[in-house]
Amino acid sequence: MQQFSKLSFLMRKVAILLAFVGVSGFSFANEEKEFNVSEMIMHHIKDAHEWHLFGPEHGGTSIYLPIILMDNGLKTFSSSHFYHGQAVEVESKEQGASLHYVKGVGPAAGYAMYHEEIYKLNAEGELHFDGEHPHNTQPLDFSITKNVMSLLMGSFLVLIVMFSVAKFYRKNGAVAPKGLAKFFEPIIVMVRDDIAKANINEHKYEKYVPYLLTIFFFIWFNNMLGLIPFLPGGANLTGNITVTLFLAVCTLLVTLFSGNKNYWGHIFWMPGVPVPMKFFMMPIEIIGIFTKPFALMIRLFANITAGHIIVLALISIIFVNKNVAWAGLSVPMALFISILEVLVAFLQGFLFAMLSALFIGAAVEEAHH
Amino acid sequence: MDLILPDLGLLFWTGIVFCLLLFLLAKFAWKPILNAVNAREQKISEALDLAVKTQAEMKALKAENDQILKEARAERDNILKEAKEAANTMIEDAKSKSKVEAQKIVEAARLNINSEKAAAIAEIKTHVATLAVEIAEKVVRGELASDEKQKALAEKLAGDIQMN
Repeated sequence: MQQFSKLSFLMRKVAILLAFVGVSGFSFANEEKEFNVSEMIMHHIKDAHEWHLFGPEHGGTSIYLPIILMDNGLKTFSSSHFYHGQAVEVESKEQGASLHYVKGVGPAAGYAMYHEEIYKLNAEGELHFDGEHPHNTQPLDFSITKNVMSLLMGSFLVLIVMFSVAKFYRKNGAVAPKGLAKFFEPIIVMVRDDIAKANINEHKYEKYVPYLLTIFFFIWFNNMLGLIPFLPGGANLTGNITVTLFLAVCTLLVTLFSGNKNYWGHIFWMPGVPVPMKFFMMPIEIIGIFTKPFALMIRLFANITAGHIIVLALISIIFVNKNVAWAGLSVPMALFISILEVLVAFLQGFLFAMLSALFIGAAVEEAHH
Repeated sequence: MDLILPDLGLLFWTGIVFCLLLFLLAKFAWKPILNAVNAREQKISEALDLAVKTQAEMKALKAENDQILKEARAERDNILKEAKEAANTMIEDAKSKSKVEAQKIVEAARLNINSEKAAAIAEIKTHVATLAVEIAEKVVRGELASDEKQKALAEKLAGDIQMN
């Protein structure tokens, strides 16, 4: 199993290399455009309305994802109406450089997309730039973006895997596990015993095990999918601040709704300290309620995004130097980081669940002094 | 900058998908899996408890068996000892009895022999007496066959009587 995953990793690296060679070959030959590393990396770690498969950035093969806008009613159309829309170039005021955006055509008419954000065109039928950012109003964008797609696929994968594990037990009862169940049972038991039971009061932990299991496997599976450089992976879902924000808010809400008298007592009227200190501690403790999940949010976001950036940056060495011989340096290094990222993928899921359990455990702890 | 700004659309979908995932997994995956794992853990711990208990029982049983065996062995030894003693006394008894009997028999035999002997001697005596008388008669008859002889004898006898 381990051998296989190593092999498949090598294959992935080769694939990502080939994909980049394809992209660069096109751009060097036709446009002679300077290869912009930070732009490429930013493009890859951010959300998009298409799923780029292979080929050059413009004119390559992509899956155009559906755009869903709330703007005086629901409007849905394919994102190809932007990607194959009318390109507009505007002079930038500050640097003398030019800004590029696309006006939608067909059902997307009246909208423009700039840096994957959708804006309404103004009365003159264009975007009004003030510096780098357009001042046009934005419709509510509920599009199935690359990250939403990845979210759906990742969640579906977790569901399929865990349902088949559950099916094994439903079929065979309480016997020694086999196959998929044999692989996942120790991890499930680890979450139950080492994360939930170890941090939460022994009589109350069971209620939180499903939440912790879900959060752990959701993060782990999506982290792993993010490491795969092509469909169904490649999106930077768990490195997206929105997703980590949502997960952190979930933990915050679970903590707040589980908080008992003892927990709130420690926040608003700290026992065992002099009265002036009690007043002093109160705001600190109230801030503490929010800094804990905030740290969760930032930790997951930064770790996963950083991993993606490092791998992309190492691969970019080849294209910055415009010589494939640099692959001899960049590929082993990217491979090393990718393997490290496999560890990080697990570790970040574990940490998120572990710290969530710790916060919940503190909220349900009974007074014992 | 928009890298660290949350996006409403993604937040909306993440919320829906995650909540749905949590619900489905909790109901159809975690519950049966954890139930099965718990049931198995309980089964294993019960089996272990039972094994320990059984072992203790076996130990007690073995100790009891050993005790019984020991007692049985002691009883057997006792019985054997008693039997031996009984046999010895019986043999002793028999020996002494038979000795007495034998002595009695020997005594009786001796008495018998003695009486037989006495009888035989008496008979022999009688025979000898008879024979002596017969011989004496024949001798006397010979002695007294003629007058001279009768006279000689009478003289001789008279001589003996005189000598006495």
